[in-house]
Parts: sequence; C-alpha cells; structure tokens
Amino acid sequence: MDGARSPETIHLVVNGRACDLEVAPHALLLDVLRDVLDLKGAKRSCDTQVCGACTVLIDGMAVSACTYLAVEADGRAVLTVEGLAEGETLHPLQRAFLDAGAVQCGFCTSGMLLTARAMLAETTAPSRQEVLHYLRGSLCRCTGYRKIVEAIMAVAETAR
Amino acid sequence: MSQQPFRAVGRPIPRIDGLEKVTGRARYVTDLVIPGMAHAKVLRSPYAHSRVRKVDVTRARAHPGVLAALCGADLTWCEPYYGPAYRDRPVLAIDVARYEGEPVAAVAAVDEATADEALDLIEVDYDPLPPVMTLEEALSPGAPRVHTGKPQAGHFADLASLRPVPGTNVCHQFHFARGDSGRALASADLVLDETYRFPPVQHVALEAHAAVAVWSETDGLTVWASTQNPYSVRVELAKMFGVPLARIRVVVPHLGGGFGSKTYAKLEPLAAALARVAGRPVRLAASVAEAFQTVRRCCARVHVRVGFRRDGGLVAVECGADYDVGAYADIGPRVVQKATYTATGPYRVPDVTLDARAVYTNTTPGGAFRGFGVPQLAWALESLFDVAAERLGRDPVELRRQNFLAHGEEFAPGDTPIDGKLEESLGRAAETIGWTQTGAADRGRGVAAMLKASVAPSVSEAIVRLHTDGSVTVLASAVEMGQGTRTVLAQIAAEVLSVPMARVIVVQPDTAVTPYDQTTSSSRSTAMTGRAVQVAAEDVREQLLHVTAAELGVAVTDLALDDGSVVTPGRRLTYAEVLMLRFGMSGGEIIGRGVVAPGRTAAPLGGSTPFWEVAVGAAEVSVDEETGALRVERYVSVADVGRAINPLLLEGQDEGGVVQGLGHTLFEEMLYQDGHLLNGTLLAYRVPRADDAPPALECRFVENADGSGPFGAKGAGEGSLIPVSPAVANALARLTGVRLRDLPLTPERVWRALRARGRR
Repeated sequence: MDGARSPETIHLVVNGRACDLEVAPHALLLDVLRDVLDLKGAKRSCDTQVCGACTVLIDGMAVSACTYLAVEADGRAVLTVEGLAEGETLHPLQRAFLDAGAVQCGFCTSGMLLTARAMLAETTAPSRQEVLHYLRGSLCRCTGYRKIVEAIMAVAETAR
Repeated sequence: MSQQPFRAVGRPIPRIDGLEKVTGRARYVTDLVIPGMAHAKVLRSPYAHSRVRKVDVTRARAHPGVLAALCGADLTWCEPYYGPAYRDRPVLAIDVARYEGEPVAAVAAVDEATADEALDLIEVDYDPLPPVMTLEEALSPGAPRVHTGKPQAGHFADLASLRPVPGTNVCHQFHFARGDSGRALASADLVLDETYRFPPVQHVALEAHAAVAVWSETDGLTVWASTQNPYSVRVELAKMFGVPLARIRVVVPHLGGGFGSKTYAKLEPLAAALARVAGRPVRLAASVAEAFQTVRRCCARVHVRVGFRRDGGLVAVECGADYDVGAYADIGPRVVQKATYTATGPYRVPDVTLDARAVYTNTTPGGAFRGFGVPQLAWALESLFDVAAERLGRDPVELRRQNFLAHGEEFAPGDTPIDGKLEESLGRAAETIGWTQTGAADRGRGVAAMLKASVAPSVSEAIVRLHTDGSVTVLASAVEMGQGTRTVLAQIAAEVLSVPMARVIVVQPDTAVTPYDQTTSSSRSTAMTGRAVQVAAEDVREQLLHVTAAELGVAVTDLALDDGSVVTPGRRLTYAEVLMLRFGMSGGEIIGRGVVAPGRTAAPLGGSTPFWEVAVGAAEVSVDEETGALRVERYVSVADVGRAINPLLLEGQDEGGVVQGLGHTLFEEMLYQDGHLLNGTLLAYRVPRADDAPPALECRFVENADGSGPFGAKGAGEGSLIPVSPAVANALARLTGVRLRDLPLTPERVWRALRARGRR
C-alpha cells in the first residue's frame, strides 16, 4: 500500500496553461483541481457520477471529475468553467445562460455549461431531444431545466 | 406613489450574481479556505435505534494529524442539545442513537483523509433496540418509544403551544374546530371518507450542508454556514455555548439550493464544538448521502372526510393528519400545526374539525421542505375535490370555482382576509391548458388549487446606505439560495431611490453586519424583507428631500427623485450635491432603516399571515397502459403574486417548483427496509432530470398589486409545487378512471391500478 501512495508526476494543460503536478495515484481530479489548482468552479455533490456538478472537459470530452483519477488526465488538456470565457468575453453559452435565466443557485451551472459545450462540439445543431438526452447526467434542482434547455438551444440556433 | 412606469420593478432583469456563477467564481461554503483550517468527518450510527453503551475516541485522538475527536459524553462543557421546537437533538448521540446515520462521534484533522482514518479507530459499543419505522408502528399501543425524557423547549421557547401526548411517540398534537362538522356531515348529500399518503422525500439541494467555524478571543464564534436562516442558527449557538448573541457571527456565502433543508441549525453546532476543542477553524462538509441522514420532508397519512350539498356547496371538512417527523422534532411540530390549520385549502367551509399529530419514528428527522406540510394535505383535499366532482356530475373547475373564498373574505374569523383572486388564477390555468376544448383521446387533464400561509408573526429589518457618489448599499439578511432575492432587493432599492441597478450592492447575510431577518423560507423574502428594504430606501428618500427642501426653501411635496437627483421644477441636484449640502464636505452617508414586524394577533395560531400564497396548477398527462409509465406532457401553473418584481426570476422559480413537485409525484421516495434506508444516494434516489420535465411547461402570474409587500407584491415560490401531485393524479383519473391515493405514482402503482380496473 505504501508503494501505491508514492506521488506521481503528471503533466496537464489546464485552461490552456501547462502545469506539472505531483499527485497521489488515488487522487481524484476534482480534488486536484479544487484544492491544488484552486479552481473551485467544479463542484462536489453526489460523488457517484450522477449529478454532473463536477463536470470538466478532458480533451473536449465531458467527464465527472469526482470519479476520475488525476493520473488519468496525464498528458491531456483539461477545461474547467474558469477557462470557458475568452478573457473578459463570455462564451456564448455563458451569455445565453444569463439571458435566459438559466442560472439559479449556480451549483450545477459549471457542469451544465461544460456539458453543453462538449455537446455542441460534437453536434453543432442538436435537436431538443438530443439536448435532453445529453443532459441526463446533469441534475438541476432549482430551474426545472426549461430555461437551461432554452439557453442551449439558443446557442445551437446561432451556430446553425 | 408615482404613476410613472417603474425603472426596475416588474422588469425581467438578469440576476445580479449571474456573472459570478457562470464564470465559476461564486464562492460557496465548501469553497472557502481559512488559514489553519482543519477538516471534520462524522461517525454515524449504523442502527435505526440503539443504546450507545460506550464510545471510545482515545485511539482516534492519538492518531497523527488529529486535532479533535469528540463523542456525546465529551460535551459536558456546553449545552449539547438543540432544536427549534424541542431541544431534543444532541450534537452527538448521548446514550441512545435514534436513527440510522445519527452522528455518534466526530473528528477534526489536518485533512479529510486523516479524519477518515481516525473514524476507523473509534470504538462504539451499540446495543440495538427495537425501532419504530412507520407511523403505524410508532402509533401502535405499547410501541417502543423514540424519546423517553421530558421535552425541553426549543428557541421558540413556547412549549405551552406544543402539546406532546405523554407516554407515546406523539410529540405534538394540534386541534382546530369551527362549527359542528359532525352535524354538517350528517346532513350532507355526499360524504367522502378517504385516506391519502405522501412519501418521505429529500430536498437534494446539490450543495449538501456545510459549515466552517472558528473561535477567537475578541470576536467570539464565527460560522460560515450554508443556512437559510443565519439568525436562527445564531440563537441556537448562543444557547449551546453560553455566548452573547453579539459574539456570534453567522456569515452566509452563496448557497447551493435550500428548499427548506437549510432552515434551523444543522451542522453548525457540531462544527462549532469541534472548532472549540481543536483550537482551529474547522470545516465540516456533508456529502449528499449525509444530507439524507440530516433532514427530509415529513411523510404523512391524511384521513379526510368531506361533505358536499347536491348543488356542489362544500359544507364540512374533517381532517386527521399524522405526520412522521422522524427521530428529532426539528421544526416538524410547526410544519404540522401550520399546514393543518389551512387543510381546507382555498375554500369556504362553514364546519371544520382539523386534527394533526407529529409522530416520532426512528428515521431521518423530518423538517421544513418547500410547502411546509401543505403538499401532504393538498394531495388529499384536491384529489377529493375531483372525486366529488365526478360523484356530483360536476366539472372539477366549476366545483372549485363555486367554493373558492372570495377576495377580501377572512380565511377564518380574525385572520388575514384572502388577498388573491382565485377564480382569476383558475380561469387562466383552465384557459391556457384548453380545459373546455376537446383534447387528444390519449391525454387526460386535471387541475388543482392551493392556499398557504406564510410564517407569522415575523420580523424583517433592513438598512439602506446612500453614499456620496449616489451608489447604494443594501444591508438585509434574506439568503440568496438561487431564488433571486438579492436581485429583487436591489431592484426595490433602485426603484425607490431612482438609481441604476449597477449602483446598488446587496451585501450577503452576516449577522455582525446585516440586520435581523427571521428566516429565508415561507415564501416571505420579497414580501417581508423586500418591504423592509423599500421602507429603508423610503427613509433615505425622505432625508434627501428634507435636506433639499430646507436648502432650496421649497416644500418637500414639490420635490421628487429622478435618476440620481432630487428635482424640482427648474432645479436638479445630484445626490452627491445633496450630501455635500448635508455634511458640508465630500463625506458622510445617508442611512435609512426599515422594519417590518406585524406582531401577534388574535388569529387562531397567534399571528396572521402577511399574505396568502395561492396558485392553481393544470396538468395534461399520458400513460403507457402496458408499463404504467405516466408522463406529464404539459403543465400550466398560475400563481397570484400581486406583482412580479422580476418576472424572469419568478418564472424560473415556479418552473423549478413544478419539476421538484413532479419528483414526489412520479418517483421520489426514501425507502426503508429492516431499519435501513435503501436509497440514500443519488445513484438510487431518483430526482427529475431534464427529460422528465414536461415538454410544455408554462408558469404564469396573476398581478393585481393587491399584496402587502413592496409595490403590491406577495410571496411566491412554493405555490407552484403544491398543486402538482393532485393535478397529475386528477388528470390520470380523468384519462383512465383510476384513482391513486398513495404517492409517488410509480409505473408499478399505476400499472397495478390499471390491471385492477380491467381493460376498457
């Protein structure tokens, strides 16, 4: 067991910045992002890959950072909500979420935004059904989802 | 009041904290890092009910990196019990552990992993006792008792109004009667006598409970808490630790949802006790699984007898409601009493007998959850209205319309008159769903109405500060938990003082800084805290006008505020100029104060609600007869809000309420077996997803500016949730002829009922 605990060096590109980190082999990506890199946008909630509050993108793919080992991200690009805007210019999804009233408590928002971004990278013009399907791993207890779906659809329409 | 169009009020302004939230910069309690902060973990009882013979934390305490290890027996230096109704809940179990998941011991260590390791070193000698897991078990003669000691009053400090039944598990009973319901039922043309059940459900705020506590010699105790009512938490902590209120500071950062789960003290007492012993800041963050072991909605069994005349007039209601409040009372007794008092809903009923009991069981404590006991009762009454309509050959919409309380009619003698127009809400809902039009053969439609009181008496205070550059600080303690109250309070101040939204700051609640507010619950923040902000801003306005009037030698009535200036025909002074006149220098500020405190009344519960929350829901459903899967295809909610201060945020809140209501309607239920909770994680406990929401969801508002809140507003936010279950069940009944009386309406229940009905 002691051997398993010796730290490993991993190389990540987080929100466009390269970083080398010493992490324990069992360290979760969520803890490394939040506690080591101080990127608190990804939230801990269900711990079981159900709710999506901890969603980040690994090489563009949406993953649950709560159940993803940091070492698995070695050599990959990680995008968190903090890297979504271009400087002070919001990503169209961020703008759309604000305008549509798709944000309430905000705890699911980071994960929703990144999930939507991953989807739009895959399918530029998703149907409403596709959006609903994609959001099955992203829970929101405040909004009833209508405004979230509306915000995503608005961005998808623009991309059409 | 000005007849000009409003500049901020009534506009769909995006939330002021939105930018922080979409950029991930908003900080919640679990995001805070305090220098020297230790991390706490909790050891929880594996049994529903057991004697705790001995807890040995010696080895945990000696573990490297551990800063504090506590069990119930260690808490001799403070008052270890807390609770708003009864002080029946120990911070850590003392002698008895009364539900699975009850905290038994806790550790604070240098990091979470070390704290977890230390938990494994704690030895507990349990002696399991027979549990009572259901209302039936708890109420049966000779049932094991959950609590055997003498109850101590909680911080409402009025045990006189709490009536436990000695020697039983009933911790409170409520009785209310008007007229002679027995005689009225005997003479009624139609009497229905049915029992309905509502399941235990969890709030599932995505942010579970969390607190960071630190003690200092100078400042006393500071707690950053995910709480909906910092002032109630402060009272609990003051009592427990024997500290003056002024030396306890409760600070509330962004909240990741509440829905009632974060009312009253939850983790704060334990975090504070650990911090005291550790001599360090301590962070205690529950997991979602631990939230299931912290609080839930009180499940209920509701027996109702209703009597109607042949012409549809409702003549009598008798209601006997038993609520399971779990192992500790929390606010359960008040949930039970307040809800049952309004068990007759928005209807005129001459003869009434209402009885309710709050019953202890060996399950997760039941407390406040959006609706505060009303959804359980509305489920029964609103279902019965449709049963009655069918038996009387009446249209359910018309039968409700016939029996509604009128605008201005007293709910009960001496209580607040009805301040909404129910017929207007019902009419809008029926029209929007197309009630009178023929629908598709495979769709059914149903309606339901609700009425709910807000907390009374209650107090909200606010301070508004106008600075020399004309910007404004609002100090108020309504908690922003997603509903949008910070934005709404800013709109109110911006409106009264005629300044842009961008020049108004609403400070997050901090009991050392922001003034008293009773609670952020009960749909009260816009009406009560908002009204206090309006009064405080008006106080600032009056001061501005008086300074200007004296300086210019004109009457106050000749002055008005306009876009950051005091104006009179021919003159215009900016606020900066007025403050310069007031202080003779560029400095100082004008401070306004607002207090809203309706106080006690002669009404049956000792206080009169400042507004009635009324709403109507209409559902259109389809059902797969092969699988029993029920789908809500369309839902319309109409709430009478007086005035929508921010229609965008209000719509969002009500949409969320409908979908949350669909959870307990269609699938949510905490399931217990052999004393264990089977589904206390999000893997096994299903909350609504995006694809569960109705494809068509419309939330509308009736606005007659007839509320007691700012600009005629009333409270909102709970009303949309309450009619959902009965509206859906009524729609199912009208589609299939099947009447279900137990929630949730799972495919299995629907399928079995369809089978029992037989093929048509």
